[in-house]
Amino acid sequence: MFAPAPFLLKDVSVSQVMIQVCVALIPGIAAYASLVGPAILVQLVIATLAALIAEALMLKVCRKPMALFLSDGSAIVTAWLIALTFPPLAPWWLIATGTAFAIVVAKHLYGGLGQNPFNPAMVAFAVCIVAFPALMSQWPSVGLQLGLIEQMNIILGWAPRVDALTGATPLDAMKTALKLGDGSFDVTTLLANQDIYGNFAGRGWEWVAAGYLLGGLWLWHRKLITWHVPVAFVASLSLISGALWIYNPSQFASPLFHLLSGGAMLGAFFIATDPVSGCTTPRGKLIFGAGCGLLAYIIRVFGGYPDGVAFAVLLMNLCAPVIDLLTQPPIFGMKDKA
Amino acid sequence: MLMNLFKFKGGVKPPTNKTQSVTLPIAVAPIPSRLVVPLHQSIGGTPRPVVQAGDKVLKGQLIGEADGWISAAVHAPTSGTVLEVAMHTQPHPSGLDSLCVVIEPDGKDEWIARDLVDYKSMAPESVREKLQQSGVVGLGGAVFPTHGKLTASKTVPMDELVINGAECEPFITCDDLLMRERAEEVVRGIGIFRDLLQPKKVLIGIEDNKPEAAAAMRAAVEAVGEDFVVVQVPTLYPAGGAKQLIRVLTGKEVPASKRSTDLGVQCFNVATAYTAWRAIAQGEPVVSRLVTVTGNVGEPRNYEVLIGTPMDELLKLAHPHPDTDGIIMGGPMMGFLVPDRRVPVIKATNCLIAHDERLFPPKAPEMPCIRCGACARACPHELQPFEMYWFSRAKNFGKTQEYNIFDCIECGCCSFVCPSRIPLVQYFRFAKSEIWAREREKNAADQAKARFEFKQLREEREKAEKAEKLAKAAAAQAAKKAAEAAAAAAAPAESAAQPVAAEAAAPVTAPVPPAAAPATGDAEKAAKMATIEAAMARAKAQREAVQPKNTDNLTPEQQKAAADIEARRVAAHLIEPEPAQPAAPPDPKS
Repeated sequence: MFAPAPFLLKDVSVSQVMIQVCVALIPGIAAYASLVGPAILVQLVIATLAALIAEALMLKVCRKPMALFLSDGSAIVTAWLIALTFPPLAPWWLIATGTAFAIVVAKHLYGGLGQNPFNPAMVAFAVCIVAFPALMSQWPSVGLQLGLIEQMNIILGWAPRVDALTGATPLDAMKTALKLGDGSFDVTTLLANQDIYGNFAGRGWEWVAAGYLLGGLWLWHRKLITWHVPVAFVASLSLISGALWIYNPSQFASPLFHLLSGGAMLGAFFIATDPVSGCTTPRGKLIFGAGCGLLAYIIRVFGGYPDGVAFAVLLMNLCAPVIDLLTQPPIFGMKDKA
Repeated sequence: MLMNLFKFKGGVKPPTNKTQSVTLPIAVAPIPSRLVVPLHQSIGGTPRPVVQAGDKVLKGQLIGEADGWISAAVHAPTSGTVLEVAMHTQPHPSGLDSLCVVIEPDGKDEWIARDLVDYKSMAPESVREKLQQSGVVGLGGAVFPTHGKLTASKTVPMDELVINGAECEPFITCDDLLMRERAEEVVRGIGIFRDLLQPKKVLIGIEDNKPEAAAAMRAAVEAVGEDFVVVQVPTLYPAGGAKQLIRVLTGKEVPASKRSTDLGVQCFNVATAYTAWRAIAQGEPVVSRLVTVTGNVGEPRNYEVLIGTPMDELLKLAHPHPDTDGIIMGGPMMGFLVPDRRVPVIKATNCLIAHDERLFPPKAPEMPCIRCGACARACPHELQPFEMYWFSRAKNFGKTQEYNIFDCIECGCCSFVCPSRIPLVQYFRFAKSEIWAREREKNAADQAKARFEFKQLREEREKAEKAEKLAKAAAAQAAKKAAEAAAAAAAPAESAAQPVAAEAAAPVTAPVPPAAAPATGDAEKAAKMATIEAAMARAKAQREAVQPKNTDNLTPEQQKAAADIEARRVAAHLIEPEPAQPAAPPDPKS
């Protein structure tokens, strides 16, 4: 009989970790569903199925133990993050293709669980927004009330995708308006448009962000994530947006608007905290989170894409190994030397 | 007395499982039918056996003599007859054999004459020697010879003496019971250490889950009239690691590269202090120790056990349940399953845990590392276990050292918290042993290389000397010829030059050099020739050394040279070593 010490193990497992991440996403999903209707739930199901099928296929190809890895839950977390970052009325095949690409290319071709240098969900987002820019920019019009059947028809392609159904995101609308640059718009008048904007950011989207924040805090409380990445992300996004907002409040929105818009909260607590593709040392996590926040702001405000979180995370994923290497913490007994 | 305690980072809180074995007092285990006493029971040199089969021995009689300063003597645990001095399986995960003295007890348990001395009258050096001769070693598990730790640094003043009664491993309670029942002797033993090291203060650290032990120690300190401070430290595994306890009590962090005395602190286990007192004051060498017998047994309890008692006989006393499928020696965090249930109790055996699947369920399959960093947060030495794992797995051992793998104390915290159930400590042990093996190989190869180069140098020197001799002989010959020629030339010149000799001494001597010139030229030529010959001989020898002409009829010297070259190639990883022809065996001659 061979069993190395320790003989006692804490009751933890990868699947427990992944399940808790999914649980933490529920408040955000609930707020999302109440905002856009059941479409998002349909997308979650499509993404989950696509992820599990792609995962099973790749496990078979790579000759890895099927039951063990299929039940680890990591594919489901990827699928859910994809569903939550894609437009909720996107056609089913877009979500399915994105998810399959994430699992097959971004995850398994790099060696599977734990080996991927890039966050698979963000790879899916980046690939799809480059390949299908129009579809990836069609967000449901605010106040659009459709039932489950109508939404499913749109997603499955049985009903025509009419323009009236979709519109720009609050972030995108603001950028487009401000880019006109004729001075006829300023942030204050834009925010006064109560059709799109609520008290702080996009109408209703504020509550989705709050839901993610709640779930993220729970993850931190459960010690599944540390405070470093979210705090650095939020701090850097607030600092850069705050600085420009103070400089010119008519052209730049407030930090609160940016924190509660787009993928900021989801990114800060659920995406940038991915341990596989992110930094692992405490100082490294701070740099990583701050870099994500800063890049996300620059891309979403000055770049050509509606939101910048996905590209920010991918760019920081690239830097993570070097950051880790340069931020190794001093070890026990060697602190005065470091 | 309130003390400011420090914290160490990391640590875990496994279920302690200590209450089971503290309900009953210490019992004395009966003398077994046979004692197998391994000679190598401490860090350092293996003691040399001083008895042979058939010898009658008394309890406490020396059977293994310390080999070198870092080594400790071994004694007969009871009186009886030596059956054999032979190889037996060791209580070690490897299951390897080592030399043991097997004794058949006569049941009388008759002590050898014990000299009772007042250690205060002994010189410090003889106290250390007495401890070595009594086989006193660290009983916390590391079994480092205690006398070797009782010399303070010459440059750093000794601030604190830390006494380790933390006993942080789950299940183990032998130190707890020792402090409860024999606190006074522990305190007196600490007094010996204090007298040898002269620290400014003595701190006794006990985890706060052992209030009875702490109370007993406080009472004993008072009764003996010492000024030791008993400190209850938070229960957090591995608070009983020497470096962690030093950190908690003094705030000092001892890195792997330093001795604790370099930081003015030293640490001993309470059981070590106890045996030191017995050895010095009662003249009793270490022939027994307290062992917790617990786990899947009906009556968990602490026993005073003779060293060499077979583990299965000891376990029987506690009534193990029939589904017991193994014996763990040590605690569940750092212990190991013994390779054979009959292996003996040794000085390092603080606990036997009867293993079964209810207490220790089989581990779930290992998953890939997801870099969650739980291991890094749990590591009491603030290492990055997942990085070390990554490089150990890739056999990139240089990188594991960059990540300070030798600071790892193998406490098991990382494995304990790993959600992927990776046996991290196993990977680190593997990496460490590989690094050691490579270091040994490298040293051996370096030695072989040095020997080979020396041989080449010697041969060349001999050749050069020979050539020089030849050249000298040739030169002497030439000089002789030249002298003769000069003498012959000088004879006619003398008469001719005589009239002008007085007015021009220089012109007289002037013709002599031209006359001698051809002669010295001869000598120079001969010397040159000899040098050329020597160089050619050297080149030839070198060619012969480089080109293996015929590998069938080699002289032993040539074979050795070839083997040395082979060893160098292996060391340089140019080729794989041939299994049939191991790299150059060390030559006893050189």
